[in-house]
Amino acid sequence: MTNTLLEISGVWKAFEGHSVLRGLDLRVAPHEAVVLIGASGSGKSTLLRCVNGLETVDAGLILLDGDLDVTDFYTDMDAVRRRIGIVFQSYNLFPHMSVLDNVTLSPCKVLKRSVSDSRDQAMALLQRFGLAAKADEYPDRLSGGQAQRVAIVRALAMEPELMLFDEITSALDPLLVGEVLDTVRELKMGGLTLLMATHEMGFAREVADRVCFLDAGVVLEQGTPEEVFGSPREAKTGEFLSRMLK
Amino acid sequence: MSGWPAPRRRTSLSNHHTVSASTTAPGAPEVYFDPVRQAQRRKRARRDALVGMASLLGFVAVVGFAISRTSGWPLVQETFFNGTEFLATFPGLLDAFLLNVRIFLIAEPLILLIGLLVALSRDLRSPLLLPLRVLATLYVDIFRGLPTILVIFLLGFGVPALQLQGVPNNAVFWGTTALVLSYGAYVAEVFRAGIGSVHTSQRMAARSLGLTSLQTSRYVVLPQAVRNVVPPLLNDFISLQKDTALVSVLGPIEVLRQAQIDASSTFNYTAYVGAALIFIALTIPMTRFADWVQARMRKRRTMAGTA
Ligand SMILES: Nc1ncnc2c1ncn2[C@@H]1O[C@H](COP(=O)(O)OP(=O)(O)OP(=O)(O)O)[C@@H](O)[C@H]1O
Ligand SMILES: [Mg+2]
Repeated sequence: MTNTLLEISGVWKAFEGHSVLRGLDLRVAPHEAVVLIGASGSGKSTLLRCVNGLETVDAGLILLDGDLDVTDFYTDMDAVRRRIGIVFQSYNLFPHMSVLDNVTLSPCKVLKRSVSDSRDQAMALLQRFGLAAKADEYPDRLSGGQAQRVAIVRALAMEPELMLFDEITSALDPLLVGEVLDTVRELKMGGLTLLMATHEMGFAREVADRVCFLDAGVVLEQGTPEEVFGSPREAKTGEFLSRMLK
Repeated sequence: MSGWPAPRRRTSLSNHHTVSASTTAPGAPEVYFDPVRQAQRRKRARRDALVGMASLLGFVAVVGFAISRTSGWPLVQETFFNGTEFLATFPGLLDAFLLNVRIFLIAEPLILLIGLLVALSRDLRSPLLLPLRVLATLYVDIFRGLPTILVIFLLGFGVPALQLQGVPNNAVFWGTTALVLSYGAYVAEVFRAGIGSVHTSQRMAARSLGLTSLQTSRYVVLPQAVRNVVPPLLNDFISLQKDTALVSVLGPIEVLRQAQIDASSTFNYTAYVGAALIFIALTIPMTRFADWVQARMRKRRTMAGTA
């Protein structure tokens, strides 16, 4: 168990009678960076949302750290979400709060930290990601890249064991993608466990320890970026990649 | 023109790029307006204002002249715009209007409170609190469907007729209560629409950060919802200001009642015009304020949209 932080086994999930996940299995080791790729609608977002308990599963098991069952009806979801961070494609910053208040809200209210402690911690994080000057700005004054980095910092402030990223660069101007990817690289270097969905194959190749190709509701193929991108075993993976890299 | 800082270097279209590139150079101005263009613009603005004023004055003069030449005008003036009558009744009207102000000031906070509580109750999901949800829904359904004046009649005449022990018998009390109940149902719906206008992704983001459902409502959804409903709430305020006059049907001497008394004793309706002026004097600034708030919010929203 010690070598698995997240264990997903046999997860099924249907929307309106149509199964998106069909008995999907996936393990993520501590400090590993796993990237999910797959066609639009293949269920990458659905899987990430299930892991965070934002979506219930129909069958199967999702275990965090071998002890916390996310899928258990009686599990306290707020406790799960305290340990798993998630960042979405649309940054979803709280528009009525300054950047600093966005970051300190949940440490204050959920972890019951003192205001000054949360501020110190938030400022340190903002500093680390080059956002200290924006602490008092409101979200509508940020560029897309800055907003997404604030969203990442906000999730980091909860000190999650596992971080989920759902296409966090898809809404960004191409010029701004770089700064967000730098942030992700920095997090990986810091040893945070990452599970990410992306359409950026170049980024996946560079930052992933392991790439998983989702198709028809299961992980059809997985391996190191060299294996999956260099010589895919499955014909479908090859098709998908040639379409993406075209 | 002399009030504007002289340009530090000559600007012409040909060296436009050097100028904009040099804005970060030390000594270069932060902002720079071409003084000639500036003067042209101000001249045009002044001329537009003058033409507008002249046109408006001309219009008023023509219409006023036409009205004063109609055969019925002297009688209209005598009946509605009688100077001596106005001076005689206006102080008493102002005095009576204080009661309207009191009713408004007491009703408004209660309406906001009831509206907010009812809106929140209607979205409760806990099965234990189902009775509260049902009650809130019934309340809104019933009171939104009733004419305000009917509620005032029902409470103002009906409840005192029961002669209950310990229940106040006062017309102002029941009139105000009726206004609060009637407007509370409307305002509850306004708040609910405001809560619905906050995108679900905001709630999802808050929950994913570990905030409980209650904390999410308190810190993320409600502050945004309240901000969104300020303009419609201001409209309801304006409406309530006017509807305080409905309490007159129960007998208390507020401004409309006072005007009625004045008018029926002299068969002159100038007192009604006086009462109308008082209401307008209060609602026009409120309306302008509501417009201003709305325009400001629209501006902020477009700014947020382009960010
Ligand atoms: N809440 C929902 N209700 C109904 N159907 C849904 C819901 N969420 C997702 N789906 C469906 O599930 C399928 C998988 O969606 P999902 O968003 O997980 O795909 P994805 O791999 O993230 O796609 P993309 O690359 O476009 O983001 C889609 O067909 C989608 O229409
Ligand atoms: Mg998706």
